[in-house]
Amino acid sequence: MEERVKLSKIIATVVLFAVSLLFLMPFFWMLSASFKLETDVFKYPIEWIPHSWHAIQNYSEVWMGKYPFYKYYWNSIKVSVLTTLISCTVSAMAAYGFSKIDFPAGKWLFLIVLATYMVPGQAIQIPQFILYRNIGLFDSHFGLILLGCFSVLGTFMLRQFFMGLHNEFIESAKIDGAGHWRIFWQIAFPLVRPAVATYAILRFIWTWNDYQYPLIFIRSDKLYTIQLAMQKFASINGEFYSLIMAAAVSAIIPLLIIFMLGQKSVIEGIAVGGVKG
Amino acid sequence: MSSTVTSKSLTETKQIRHKKSGLRRRETWAGLLFVSPMLIGVTILTLLPIIATFVLSFADWNFVAGMKGLKWVGAANFSKLFEDESFIISLKNNFIFMFTVPIYLAVSLLLAILINKHVYWKSFFKVAYFMPYISSVVAVAIVWQVLFHPSAGPVNQFLMSLGIANPPKWIADPAYALPSVMMISVWVSIGYNMIVYLAGLQSIPKDLYEAADIDGANAWVQFRRITLPMLSPTTFFLLVTGIISTFKVFDLVAVLTKGGPMQSTSLLVWYLYDTAFVNLRVGYASSMAVILFGFVLIITGLQWIGQKKWVNY
Repeated sequence: MEERVKLSKIIATVVLFAVSLLFLMPFFWMLSASFKLETDVFKYPIEWIPHSWHAIQNYSEVWMGKYPFYKYYWNSIKVSVLTTLISCTVSAMAAYGFSKIDFPAGKWLFLIVLATYMVPGQAIQIPQFILYRNIGLFDSHFGLILLGCFSVLGTFMLRQFFMGLHNEFIESAKIDGAGHWRIFWQIAFPLVRPAVATYAILRFIWTWNDYQYPLIFIRSDKLYTIQLAMQKFASINGEFYSLIMAAAVSAIIPLLIIFMLGQKSVIEGIAVGGVKG
Repeated sequence: MSSTVTSKSLTETKQIRHKKSGLRRRETWAGLLFVSPMLIGVTILTLLPIIATFVLSFADWNFVAGMKGLKWVGAANFSKLFEDESFIISLKNNFIFMFTVPIYLAVSLLLAILINKHVYWKSFFKVAYFMPYISSVVAVAIVWQVLFHPSAGPVNQFLMSLGIANPPKWIADPAYALPSVMMISVWVSIGYNMIVYLAGLQSIPKDLYEAADIDGANAWVQFRRITLPMLSPTTFFLLVTGIISTFKVFDLVAVLTKGGPMQSTSLLVWYLYDTAFVNLRVGYASSMAVILFGFVLIITGLQWIGQKKWVNY
């Protein structure tokens, strides 16, 4: 019996492994194409490991060439990091206010905020665009960052965790004379730090990957985020697929690093919250 | 004697009440202070724009013309929409796109069940199937664009090597473009749904299966009678959020096909974007935004009604 169970498990593993290779094929192809001479990209049968390596030339063209990726990388890092930091602070503060401070308007305000979660972002982009044009936030990183800072989802997620904190912590701190501001930063926030970290990773990934907001709200080349730059790079370099693939690899690698580092919290965050950007 | 006592205690309670109301006021201020950044942001960037979208949907306005060019047209935008062939096509494509949801739900469930109990290397598989979800849509769309290249692309080279003389032209062929985009969307969505299903599976009590084992129920019966019903809240949640997300598909279409060829991959949000930000017809696009909002509202409403009917908690 034991033996048979194990055998079936091995078979299932092998099958799933084969399927996963098929599933990951586009990534392997992308990676190998990014190392190749342009003339080898479409050779068939596919050379998974290139015969003649052209990796250094390809990547230096992407990073230092006419359309230098280091600039757009910097833009994306700036936008993603600042969005994440501000969004976490704003959401954590709101989550604390809605869960640990007992004030009459709180419940109603929370319901209003929660209700806006239903609103599809794309249904309100036109007024946002008009607003931005009129108050001078259009075509600026600051404006782009602001758009990602007020996440209802983050507030909702963190509120769940703040609710799990015992009120005694807060009561005893109050008796000791601490105000809410101090309680929040010195007691509550550190206690929910794992949840904040999970949300921060997700927010970073979503912001890094966002295409539509930068597409609409950024116009100048020099402010492009990596996603806009990728698209532009692909259309400019048209037939140079090895270069385009090197650009694609470059755009994905930071995500992979962050995902690998925070794998557990990303998966848990998705599983617990059932959340979606 | 007794009267002095009562008057004393009265002033005391007054004092306490005073203190209490002061405390309450302080709490209210603290509360408002903590939630105010969020509230201000949501008000300016979400609530006001919702109202503005509704208002603009009754106007005819080309953004370039300035405020003077704004004309109120009542419900004309909406009646025009339903005679607009491009809009009808986009809407139809959106409904076809919904078929991705049951497909990736089924695949994700199967994968989740296998990974949960029946394989080794669980964490490898979790990461492997999660990769497309974590990667940027722009990058994967560009990769697929090349893979689907009609003559030189690896996909068709492979098909030709199998002896298929005229493989489909994928995203270049109006008949295959939408299914191709849907396929990529399934590929991207599987990881996320699988992770949520895995969490659902882990919350099913083990003794249910033990009891079923004792009763001699086989794997299929256990799946039908325990796993599926116990997962119904998860399935329902994923179904609803999945359908809503099909109404928001943009990146894939924008990078891969730009709605083409011959509008075969034009989806609601793509057409909205094209009308608003390329053709600058703000009022007309706003009426599409209202319809988008309406769909999301209806689906969310159905979720509230539906969950009581067939979801087991």
